[in-house]
Amino acid sequence: MPRQRPYDSSRSGAEPPPSPASSAIFSLYGVTKVYRMGEVEVHALRGIELELPEGELTVLLGPSGSGKSTLLNILGGLDVPTAGSVLFRGRDLATASERELTEYRRSGVGFVFQFYNLIPSLTARENVALVTEIAADPMTPEEALEMVDLGPRIDHFPAQLSGGEQQRVAIARAIAKRPDVLLCDEPTGALDIATGIVVLEAIDRINNELGTTVAVITHNAAIADMADRVLIMADGLIADQRVNETRKPLTELSW
Amino acid sequence: MRMLTRKLVRDLWGIRSQAIAIALVMASGVALFVMARGNFSSLRLTQQTYYRDYHFAEVFANVKRAPQRLAAEIERIPGVRQVQTRTVAEVVLDVPGMEQPARGRLVSLPDSGERPELNDLYLRRGRWIDPTRPEEVLANEAFVEAHGFEPGGTVTAVINGRRRELEIVGVVMSPEFVYTIGAGELFPDPRRYGILWMARKPLASAFDMEGGFNDVALALDPGAQEAEVIARLDRLLEPYGGVGAVPRALQLSHWYLESELGGLETMALVMPTIFLGVAAFLLNVVLRRIVAVQREQIAQLKALGYGNRALAWHYLQWSGSITAIGTVVGVLSGIWLSVQMLDMYMLYFEFPELRYDFSWANVLGALAFSGGAAAIGAIGAVRGAVRLPPAEAMRPQPPASYRRTLIERLFGARWLSQPSRIILRNLSRTPVRAGLSILGIAFACAIVVTGGAMMDSIDEILRLQFDLAQRQDVTVTFFEPASPAAYYELARLPGVVDVEPMRTTPARLTAGPRSRQVGITGVARNAQLQRVVDARGRPIEPPIDGVLLSKVLAERLAVEPGDPLEVAVLEGRRPVVETVVAGTVEDFVGTAAYMEIGALRRLLREGATLSGAALLIDSAQQERLLSRLKETPLVAGVGLEQAVIDNFETYLADNMTTFLLAQLGFAVVIAFGVIYNTARISLSERNRELASLRVMGFRRGEIAYILLGELAALTVVALPVGMLLGYGMLAAALSAFETELYRMPLVISSQAFGVAIVTVLASAAISALVVRRRLNTLDLVAVLKTRE
Repeated sequence: MPRQRPYDSSRSGAEPPPSPASSAIFSLYGVTKVYRMGEVEVHALRGIELELPEGELTVLLGPSGSGKSTLLNILGGLDVPTAGSVLFRGRDLATASERELTEYRRSGVGFVFQFYNLIPSLTARENVALVTEIAADPMTPEEALEMVDLGPRIDHFPAQLSGGEQQRVAIARAIAKRPDVLLCDEPTGALDIATGIVVLEAIDRINNELGTTVAVITHNAAIADMADRVLIMADGLIADQRVNETRKPLTELSW
Repeated sequence: MRMLTRKLVRDLWGIRSQAIAIALVMASGVALFVMARGNFSSLRLTQQTYYRDYHFAEVFANVKRAPQRLAAEIERIPGVRQVQTRTVAEVVLDVPGMEQPARGRLVSLPDSGERPELNDLYLRRGRWIDPTRPEEVLANEAFVEAHGFEPGGTVTAVINGRRRELEIVGVVMSPEFVYTIGAGELFPDPRRYGILWMARKPLASAFDMEGGFNDVALALDPGAQEAEVIARLDRLLEPYGGVGAVPRALQLSHWYLESELGGLETMALVMPTIFLGVAAFLLNVVLRRIVAVQREQIAQLKALGYGNRALAWHYLQWSGSITAIGTVVGVLSGIWLSVQMLDMYMLYFEFPELRYDFSWANVLGALAFSGGAAAIGAIGAVRGAVRLPPAEAMRPQPPASYRRTLIERLFGARWLSQPSRIILRNLSRTPVRAGLSILGIAFACAIVVTGGAMMDSIDEILRLQFDLAQRQDVTVTFFEPASPAAYYELARLPGVVDVEPMRTTPARLTAGPRSRQVGITGVARNAQLQRVVDARGRPIEPPIDGVLLSKVLAERLAVEPGDPLEVAVLEGRRPVVETVVAGTVEDFVGTAAYMEIGALRRLLREGATLSGAALLIDSAQQERLLSRLKETPLVAGVGLEQAVIDNFETYLADNMTTFLLAQLGFAVVIAFGVIYNTARISLSERNRELASLRVMGFRRGEIAYILLGELAALTVVALPVGMLLGYGMLAAALSAFETELYRMPLVISSQAFGVAIVTVLASAAISALVVRRRLNTLDLVAVLKTRE
């Protein structure tokens, strides 16, 4: 059943993904975020100016407290900036209502967190179906789980899956709705190296095959070489930004 | 303050609304215990003191007329300590300003002017009678108050056809009439029934009792064989028209008081058990959750060197603090309720003084009750905290294990949305908790059902008694059986539309070793006014042969329809016949035996005699009719159906509403306590899941469905369970109170069920609204960035 998707641009499975840098999916102007933690003011973002092109894989690096997660949450509609504007395909998320942000997340955004946040009472397939039931043009849960190589364990409950498997279910759940953007906050933070690579491969594959714009937060600078663009954050600002002419395949990354 | 104590205070403040909800459930249980026990001991103490100080007799008997010399023989019965003979008579009273006649009971006092040695009176106001002045009487306080009399006021008694003006010189109370109710009445009606005490001589001469008596009361030696005394007394009185002695246990006023005491005793056990059981369950669920949430804190404390004992004590204190609040509130409100209820008791029980008997024993009992609940509630959770090894506790808990539910395995899951599966699997993962939640909500429903059904039972009795069985407007009873001429006299009185004769005779029914004293009522076939009806209100025709018995009487005699029965009439020629039990009737007040009126008259070897009549009247002429009846010598009593119904309804309006509101309040406390806590626990357990769903783009309403759907499922299942539970509790309560004097029909109207359903749903809705507000302020980022 098609639903209204306020933040959705024209998009269908048949159309080829837009080429990188052809247009910006996100444009941020003077974005600041000030948290009040009790009696202390925390300046998490201090005036970010940024353009992220459609279809790119961006990696955000930086020490703890540099503002990576705050930026990602604002991009994903989980949080709104204190000042500035965040344009998603021309629509300002900074002034969107709670209801509009929910609709934006519902149709346009897939999230993956360090802790997988699967629903323990639902199987892998059902966790994905949770999203496909409410999305307008989803994959089937089986297709989504196939993309992360979780075919045979599809009917297991989270308690019966390893950490890497759980994280791959979380990725499948995030991409099953064919989101415009996939936002990953330390997706490999709780995993060992080998498992982490499998998870990153899945993310890479989604960016390549579906053309989904992806942003990944990590502490691991080695991962940066797999990205189109690397943002290095410090103290609430983008300290450095670089574009990789060629992306290294994951197997060539040195950890 | 020690740091753990500080932690306790702050943590408790954090869950204050849940703590208050639990404390209220606990307070309700404690309050009901303190109230019921407090009233029980207050009433019991008052009763015992009153009985002792005013020498309440132990055996009572009526006789037609026995010579005074028999008293000496009675005194010689082994075990008899004291004998009191009296003249007692039922008369019609003409009270100034009251159109309808009242009934009065005249009781003789010693002519010496001294206090009676048994069944003494408490003189509230005025003075004792002067035995040389025959018009002076003492009256019971309820009657005096109902009419606003003062000492010096007068009332007219129709004594053997002659109107005698009596002067009330004193207002009294008697241990014999703590609860004063006219024969065959359902509730006390002090306006229309009064007890008057007067000197013996004038009373005896008016009723032809000079040198004799018609009432005897005995005090027994300690350890006397009561049954043996009664058997011997009956043998002595029988030749003089004795109708069987009764022990104190069956004395009407005493019986009512005892049944109230019994009710309080049961209440003090059952209601607190329900409430404190629910409170224990809630405490347990909340504490287990607290321990789960504080897993890492516990590990940290252990790592810092806090021992198991300190931690166990810390979590016991959680339970203890909530219990302490509940107990204090409960004890105080229990005392308050008790005092209120004692005031109400004073309207129905006439005691010189009914003081609240504060007893530390009751408070300690309440403490034991609530402490027990607290311990049961705390025990599992505390054990969980103590057993947790610190290293393990530092690690996050693995995801909980789930399975497909039985429903899904049986019927497939295709038709279930993912959120519905979450609800179903969450419920089936903790079946005991879900079951207990359902039981808790069901109890709330059941409490309302039983309260409402009590009203329904009373309505049903009214309907059966007055719409279907006694359809007359006026019931007239005679001093003694009258000739057929009386029937025609009644028919000629102004305003009488129809007359149905009634003939009642005292008799002893014997079946094997069992026997009972009862009035046999002669009923006409095709009667239109005074009829016998079954429990469904259908008229039963009296049998040509045999006797129709109240079901409870048949049970006490251990007979069934068709069984032989010996009937020994206790008046007139005292015939004894062998007959059969023709059938049984389910009735609710007293015990009755019915025969066809012609058959009864043949048994008595009489013509068309009548001992009373049922009248249908033209209400426009009621006043004239009543004033004529007041002056008719033969008439001992005039009962007005409408007056009985009115009295009944005032009684109901006054008390039942308060009673029902209280019950409703308690039910709301329990329903809200259970549902709100269930909701809060679910929210705490699932906030991570719900936040994940919000991040995925689920709308507020959609995640509310998962949380509130669980509550709704519990509530919906609990409603039918609650109705069944209510039915069961009611059936148990009614059968426990079923006696030969009084029974209640088990009727539950759809209204009672309706009120119960609305109460539970409203409590659920309020809980849902409160929790939903919290759901709307869920901090998505904070929840997801922290591990559980």
